[in-house]
Amino acid sequence: MNLTLKVWRQKNASDKGKIVEYKVNDISPDCSFLEMIDILNNNLVELGDEPIAFDHDCREGICGMCSMFINGRPHGPSDEITTCQLHMRSFKDGDTIFIEPWRAEGFPVIKDLTVDRTAFDRIIEAGGYVSVNTGSAQDANNLPIPKIDADKAFDSATCIGCGACVAACKNASAMLFVSAKVSQLALLPQGQVERKQRVENMVAQMDEEGFGSCTNTGACEAECPKGISIENIARMNREYFSAKISSDNV
Amino acid sequence: MKLDSKIPKGPIDKKWSQYKSEVNLVNPANKRHIDVIVIGTGLAGASAAATMGELGYNVKAFCFQDSPRRAHSIAAQGGINAAKNYQNDGDSVYRLFYDTIKGGDYRSREGNVHRLAEVSRNIIDQCVAQGVPFAREYGGYLDNRSFGGVQVKRTFYAKGQTGQQLLLGAYSALARQIKQKTVTMYNRHEMLDVVIVDGKARGIIARNLITGEIERHSAHAVVLASGGYGNVFFLSTNAMGSNVTAAWKVHKKGAMFANPCYTQIHPTCLPRTGDYQSKLTLMSESLRNDGRVWVPKKKEDAVRLQKGEITAKEIKDEDRDFYLERRYPAFGNLVPRDVASRAAKERCDAGFGVNKTGEAVFLDFGYAIKRMGKDAVEAKYGNLFQMYEKIADENPYELPMKIYPAVHYTMGGLWVDYNLMTNVPGLYATGECNFSDHGANRLGASALMQGLADGYFVLPYTIGNYLADDIRTGAISTDSKEFDEAEANVKKTIDQLVNNKGTKSVDHFHKKLGNVMWEKCGMARNKEGLKSAIEEIQQIKKDFWADVLIPGTNEELNLELEKALRVADFIELGELMCRDALQREESCGGHFREEHQTEEGEALRNDDDFAFVGAWEYKGEGTEPELHKEELVYENVEMKQRSYK
Ligand SMILES: Cc1cc2nc3c(=O)[nH]c(=O)nc-3n(C[C@H](O)[C@H](O)[C@H](O)COP(=O)(O)OP(=O)(O)OC[C@H]3O[C@@H](n4cnc5c(N)ncnc54)[C@H](O)[C@@H]3O)c2cc1C
Ligand code: FES
Repeated sequence: MNLTLKVWRQKNASDKGKIVEYKVNDISPDCSFLEMIDILNNNLVELGDEPIAFDHDCREGICGMCSMFINGRPHGPSDEITTCQLHMRSFKDGDTIFIEPWRAEGFPVIKDLTVDRTAFDRIIEAGGYVSVNTGSAQDANNLPIPKIDADKAFDSATCIGCGACVAACKNASAMLFVSAKVSQLALLPQGQVERKQRVENMVAQMDEEGFGSCTNTGACEAECPKGISIENIARMNREYFSAKISSDNV
Repeated sequence: MKLDSKIPKGPIDKKWSQYKSEVNLVNPANKRHIDVIVIGTGLAGASAAATMGELGYNVKAFCFQDSPRRAHSIAAQGGINAAKNYQNDGDSVYRLFYDTIKGGDYRSREGNVHRLAEVSRNIIDQCVAQGVPFAREYGGYLDNRSFGGVQVKRTFYAKGQTGQQLLLGAYSALARQIKQKTVTMYNRHEMLDVVIVDGKARGIIARNLITGEIERHSAHAVVLASGGYGNVFFLSTNAMGSNVTAAWKVHKKGAMFANPCYTQIHPTCLPRTGDYQSKLTLMSESLRNDGRVWVPKKKEDAVRLQKGEITAKEIKDEDRDFYLERRYPAFGNLVPRDVASRAAKERCDAGFGVNKTGEAVFLDFGYAIKRMGKDAVEAKYGNLFQMYEKIADENPYELPMKIYPAVHYTMGGLWVDYNLMTNVPGLYATGECNFSDHGANRLGASALMQGLADGYFVLPYTIGNYLADDIRTGAISTDSKEFDEAEANVKKTIDQLVNNKGTKSVDHFHKKLGNVMWEKCGMARNKEGLKSAIEEIQQIKKDFWADVLIPGTNEELNLELEKALRVADFIELGELMCRDALQREESCGGHFREEHQTEEGEALRNDDDFAFVGAWEYKGEGTEPELHKEELVYENVEMKQRSYK
């Protein structure tokens, strides 16, 4: 396949950035999207030009590192996959493809397609855990957990923290990400002790990071590579209000 | 130099408890004044950093990804072993110990492995308490599955995302300590050298990957949890960034590198397709619980499959060769990885491969779907099937998967003693980057176990024993000639790379290296091949330094520079791996020397001459490294030829 790529190039955080056009030829449909970028980069390098900077690591859809906004959609045209799982067979010969970074106040661009997502780490640091020191746990089977709850908690826990939800949202809201973690722990008995503080602290941190508010458009769910449901957001809202009603921090 | 493993005296099942009751401790008030650097935030590093933070040490943790949660451990699929015996099927600490020693083809240390089996049980308790959503049965209790090389069900799992769930558990524990300021996290930082002061590891030189700044960090001890080196083969199941640099740099500063040639080639991965390929994807070993491996019995069927004239469906049951079930009736499809991989290679080399390259075998779920229904298969393996379909563009519910072995894990690594300390005082190695527990072949679901055992339950004790002597040392200054020198060296290498202005990209050399390694130091090795590999690698090294081209500067995010620094080390490691493979005149586990096999083509060990850990000492540029031997003593398990028949 022969393709035209229009790629966001930005030297660093303070550079204004612009779209630059590239041609790539003879791409196999079995090639993955990132392998196609590798081919382009290799050509650029051998010409002495700077290759396009982008984040990636596992290349199998689990680390959450890859993050490209392709033709106006986070992770591109196919549902429930990450950029690294996208294959060129999803495009046609002769296509023009626009590639941009995630855009959100909470995710400043570092270079080209690479953005800073440490805001997500700080939200988890605010309360996305059970406070149990190593060594103080009881036997794992002492506390049976209904399979239904465990499975639901698992579904929320599969979030890979890529930030597609934020990139998809017109308000750049991080509600899907935050609610997935809040839900996972709210659904499990281990999460009960800190349930109220957790949701309050995580939401406060989310606001501080500059993420927008949720207006229920559902764009996050539609673009989530792991199919995390917006039910989590509804659950978090309930958690948040009930925490606030009984909170000492009112 | 004498390698002292420091295994405590006493009966095997008392060693660890005895050790713990006698070990030196650091009191809580003193811990605050002690700094520990941890390189890596995978299972081994995140668990260690979090636990040491909880204990009150002042921890600095480093990773090269943008977040500690993205370490390569996140990709582990199948599960984690623990001797809980929840299934009441006869499991015990001793059995896990025994299986691991046998699975490792009698090339690991009894003392370490027994300790691993003991603490395996605590790991599951800890993870469940953190909120890790393991799979459960309808009664609410934890579920288990089987993995290769064992006959009990002791593997805990969270669908095909066990590594993700365990790592997110460890990451959350780490996040809590970061919040409490016991741990300082350095994301997007790469360690490029260790600093040794008066013979002790006292700090590191790291590059800030965003600004290119070269930073000095000091500590009383340095822990490497930097993962494995499978990417020396270019194509592997490892994440793209996985590398040997941290381990290689400490090796060059005096730490021994043990058994570098022990690599695990995993039997169930997606086959190679084209030159553009950047990695190979694993299909979890758990699939072998229900999937049956086969190739056609008749050559002509194989040929037609290779030409794409027929599909698997057109081959009748009686014309299918379930070669694992045929050769190994007792373990069938669940033989250990090294055995399964070699068996696949044997069939493909004989011309029975099932895809266009002739390098693939079938992993068939048709039988499982008949037996338990499509829904049950989907519930167990749904996400793996999905992953397969996305890459291969074929529906595995309809047609069998096509799989082939690929490089997956490295059993070799930094030599450590029972304390997980290398031969450099104050320098520790945990998780995949050490050599300690898996001998010549790792059993499935045992790497996650080892990483978390090391980080949660072993290192936090053993490091105290060393640091107890450091309570009066005070902060280590970075203003010393040792730091000056290490920093100057790092800067020199970087300058050389960015100013080289050759004509070839880093990947060009990496692919060349990978090819040599795969052809000559891969699934089957021989003397001639290894000798020529060493020469070829030396040539690749020369060419690399003469002709590599890195655009851009050091003072920015520069992915080509990052890769170049890693590939430079892979090249040197590759040579050492070949030397080690050449030295080991036997076949054991993942190391298969064609000259040493039984009549049936099984690995033939030589216990009289090779029951040792081969630990290599770096002797300087241009000088051959020196081999040191740590004899392996078996007091509890009798060394036998491994049989899975
Ligand atoms: C696809 C796949 C599936 C697997 N499935 C299983 C399974 O089901 N069960 C099982 O038991 N095992 C499995 N394994 C093996 C297991 O996942 C790994 O062995 C294990 O996770 C390694 O953990 P680690 O903590 O030692 O290293 P890693 O998780 O590799 O972490 C390395 C860390 O070191 C950091 N690092 C490295 N170098 C530097 C440097 N120079 N400077 C700064 N930081 C650095 C990285 O940023 C990272 O944080 C699987 C492996 C693969 C590839
Ligand atoms: S690179 Fe890991 S999810 Fe895409």
